[in-house]
Amino acid sequence: MKNSTKIVLITGSRKGIGRTLVEYYLNIGYIVIGCSRQDSDLINPNYKHFICDVSDEISALKIFKFIKSEYGKLDILINNAGVASLNHILLTPITTVKKLFDTNLLGTFLFSREAAKIMKKHSYGRIVNFSTVAVPLNLEGETIYSATKSAVEQLTKNMSKELGPYGITVNAVGPTPIETDLIKAIPKDKIDKLLMSQSINRIGNFEDLINLIDFFICDRSNFINGQIIYLGGVLK
Amino acid sequence: MRLNRDIVLKIVLDCIKQFEEESEIIIDLSEGETSRLFGGDGPLDSLALVSLIVEIEEAIEIELGESIILADEKAMSRRTSPFSRVNNLVDYIVEISNN
Repeated sequence: MKNSTKIVLITGSRKGIGRTLVEYYLNIGYIVIGCSRQDSDLINPNYKHFICDVSDEISALKIFKFIKSEYGKLDILINNAGVASLNHILLTPITTVKKLFDTNLLGTFLFSREAAKIMKKHSYGRIVNFSTVAVPLNLEGETIYSATKSAVEQLTKNMSKELGPYGITVNAVGPTPIETDLIKAIPKDKIDKLLMSQSINRIGNFEDLINLIDFFICDRSNFINGQIIYLGGVLK
Repeated sequence: MRLNRDIVLKIVLDCIKQFEEESEIIIDLSEGETSRLFGGDGPLDSLALVSLIVEIEEAIEIELGESIILADEKAMSRRTSPFSRVNNLVDYIVEISNN
């Protein structure tokens, strides 16, 4: 491994956006570490997969121990792992609320904390979190999901201030709906209504997202910190 | 696993040395184990303390084989801060390694 080879950790990497990001960064020569609650069928010498619930501290620490011993550095963390739930507040079980907060907020916090400890040693790091346009659009039916992502936005902003002095930037992407498993359960009329509230009325694609993540993680973006950018021209 | 106090003291002093090299902040250890770290006229501000704690946590992890969290609510709520002086920090680490 060349010293300049980027090491990237992507959570929720088995399928959907996470899987696409893994394949993209492998293709451009990065070493990628991924994790998900189930095993991955992706086989690549530059890819290492861990089975891990992102809210489980013990499992998470094993990943960072591996990264430290194997590579001695971590350049990029993409906190992609997330779960969504579409439900009216009156019908939402507390178990769902806990599950969403555990994965979306606690997982993001835990991985960011441990990643930053490694990044700090090299005074360099890029952390990208995942919000959603459901936050600025205040979508009904996505109350708990958007509450967890709203918390991720606050986490992003505060972490950017605490980690900025160490050369670590923390930013968040706010995707519109993208054709993944996460939105399969959402009725088409709901999606159409959402698209109409964007200034660019189309469904997002992986390229849109990769472009934004690439912007946040590139070396030249060392002055971009604490920002939340929504796709589709959605305004806060 | 309870850590031996002498081992912990050595870890803490090694981490202080490494921290000094990386941060260019000098920690005056002329008073030995009672040398001040944080608070009062201690040399560390809160950001520097965070860096030192991270160093020590990692060193302890290597020694213990498992991670520990030094700066939790328990530590923060103590009448005498575990981070005020070298000896307080060493005693605190030994204490929590026993839990």
